[in-house]
Amino acid sequence: MQVESFLELSAARSPEKTALVCKGCRFTYAQLEARANRLAASLAAGSVKRGSRVAIYLENSVEAVISVFAILKAGAVFVVVNPMTKADKLSYLLNNCRAAGLITHRTKLGTLPNALTDTPHLQGVWVAGGMPSAEFATSKRLFDLGATLDDINLPAVPPAKKCIDIDLAALIYTSGSTGRPKGVMLTHLNIVSAATSITTYLENQPDDIILSVLPLSFDYGLYQVLMAFKFGGTLVLERSFTYPYRIIELLNLESVTGFPIIPTISAMLLQLDLAAHRFPSLRYITNTAAALPTEHIRQLRRLLPDVKIFSMYGLTECKRVSYLPPDQLDIRPASVGRGMPNEEVYIVDEAGRRVEAGMVGELVVRGSNVMKGYWELPEETDRMLKPGPLPDERVLYTGDLFRMDEEGYLYFVGRKDDIIKTRGEKVSPREVEDVLHAMPGVAEAAVVGVPDEVMGEAIKAVVRPQAGVRLTAAQVIHWCSLKLENFMVPKFVDFEGEFPKTSTGKISKRELAMAGAASSAMPLTSEQ
Amino acid sequence: MPLNDELRRFVTENFMFGKVGNGFADGDSFLERGIIDSTGVMELVAFLEEQYGIKLHDEDLIPDNLDSINGLARFVESRLQPN
Repeated sequence: MQVESFLELSAARSPEKTALVCKGCRFTYAQLEARANRLAASLAAGSVKRGSRVAIYLENSVEAVISVFAILKAGAVFVVVNPMTKADKLSYLLNNCRAAGLITHRTKLGTLPNALTDTPHLQGVWVAGGMPSAEFATSKRLFDLGATLDDINLPAVPPAKKCIDIDLAALIYTSGSTGRPKGVMLTHLNIVSAATSITTYLENQPDDIILSVLPLSFDYGLYQVLMAFKFGGTLVLERSFTYPYRIIELLNLESVTGFPIIPTISAMLLQLDLAAHRFPSLRYITNTAAALPTEHIRQLRRLLPDVKIFSMYGLTECKRVSYLPPDQLDIRPASVGRGMPNEEVYIVDEAGRRVEAGMVGELVVRGSNVMKGYWELPEETDRMLKPGPLPDERVLYTGDLFRMDEEGYLYFVGRKDDIIKTRGEKVSPREVEDVLHAMPGVAEAAVVGVPDEVMGEAIKAVVRPQAGVRLTAAQVIHWCSLKLENFMVPKFVDFEGEFPKTSTGKISKRELAMAGAASSAMPLTSEQ
Repeated sequence: MPLNDELRRFVTENFMFGKVGNGFADGDSFLERGIIDSTGVMELVAFLEEQYGIKLHDEDLIPDNLDSINGLARFVESRLQPN
């Protein structure tokens, strides 16, 4: 089975059912299917072939949803780029995957001059929101996305199938310890397997209505679309959780049954007077990206006694690892649960041998949801994917330390690398440090995560200016904001004369983080 | 300082880190322009409460009130006027 079948089968089964609610507009399955087919034809006319990569650089929108399926229908591989990505990184991503096509919005064209000149492989650009003015000059072929979707001269029926299920369907870029983001290669089979397992344990039915505020560039957000279309439900897609009361209203207005969150969202929800509201249709809340604090769980349980809370854990490389059945939440609140259906999880020691219950080791995931590797990074791939029990099989070494109890429930112990998790996003300290090191006047910089009530971890930069140079926190933050997505921009900046070093001469992140925990309560403007 | 300018100054200094290159109009949506995110809204609420001595309720946390300079100005003015 291929991923685009999720839409095609639901459109055949219930063409007039509302598939998507976005920005006050409602779209049926038949409408989305016809538009995705037209865009697929247009992509093919614009040099997109089987296996080509096509990037989607859009806010959460109906165009973004249609694009995912249209790219797959054209036999190509979709790459959803975070809409907050800045020009330099966008160029890097487009070149790294040698994207043949880009689907974006007119308002974003101004921010991507380089992305349209330094990308020799990019041929066609599909523009939502109307075409740019005549003075906008580019060598790329521009297509009017809105006109394409409604062009009755384009076929509204699906093009002939070009792929098989072991072909690539998506590249999802994720932060790595090396600094540059890595493209996680997912086949149709990987995605269909993960979506099947997750919708099985969530017991999704066609009458489920999911409200998602998560960006499609985040696999947790992407899968809300894929899974809702797989089980033939309705997705209410919002751009963000920025205005929380609007979300509270939507939960009831749209009779939402499923609400995926991250701890940052629960922290904000719990700042509102939830007790003043009733959510009679809400069946479940899911949480992943970072563990829900026990106090959040306690309060949510008290305020929403009829809502099932699924505590989950995963990583992009296999989508999801585990889920805690809601009836276990009171019994083992600290557990992230057990492996999902059709997936095996186990713990190994340094030598790769399975360890007994209760022992700490590295978590290994085995299943058809495990990625094919990192795009054109064979060495990094070999570090994560290692031989499994069957010939030629590879299993995922997660890099996360866990222990498992006698009944197979997993407990997170720590990470083997120094990746920071903030607002549900993974941030490579190295990526932020690279930007800091490129700042005029910076001699040395280190980035650590410090505990933060709302964000999980907040990013703290520690900077040693060059001799005689005076830098302020505001200058450092400004510099980072020009180069990095908002969630990667440090919240705190400290200045140091000397860094604590380890015996091998490396900066001691542990000591910096400990110093950070003490000073992180200081406001952003405190300069030294 | 006129209300719009005061609000603009806060938004520019706190969410755009003083960036002036990417100007935005008083009617522009902060969300659309990528100016604000969910943690930013909480800072904005704290600023409005402190600066203007008004109290924001849960139901005030909607885009109509908070998502543009014009929206903010309208909202603050409506709260400052005695009913």
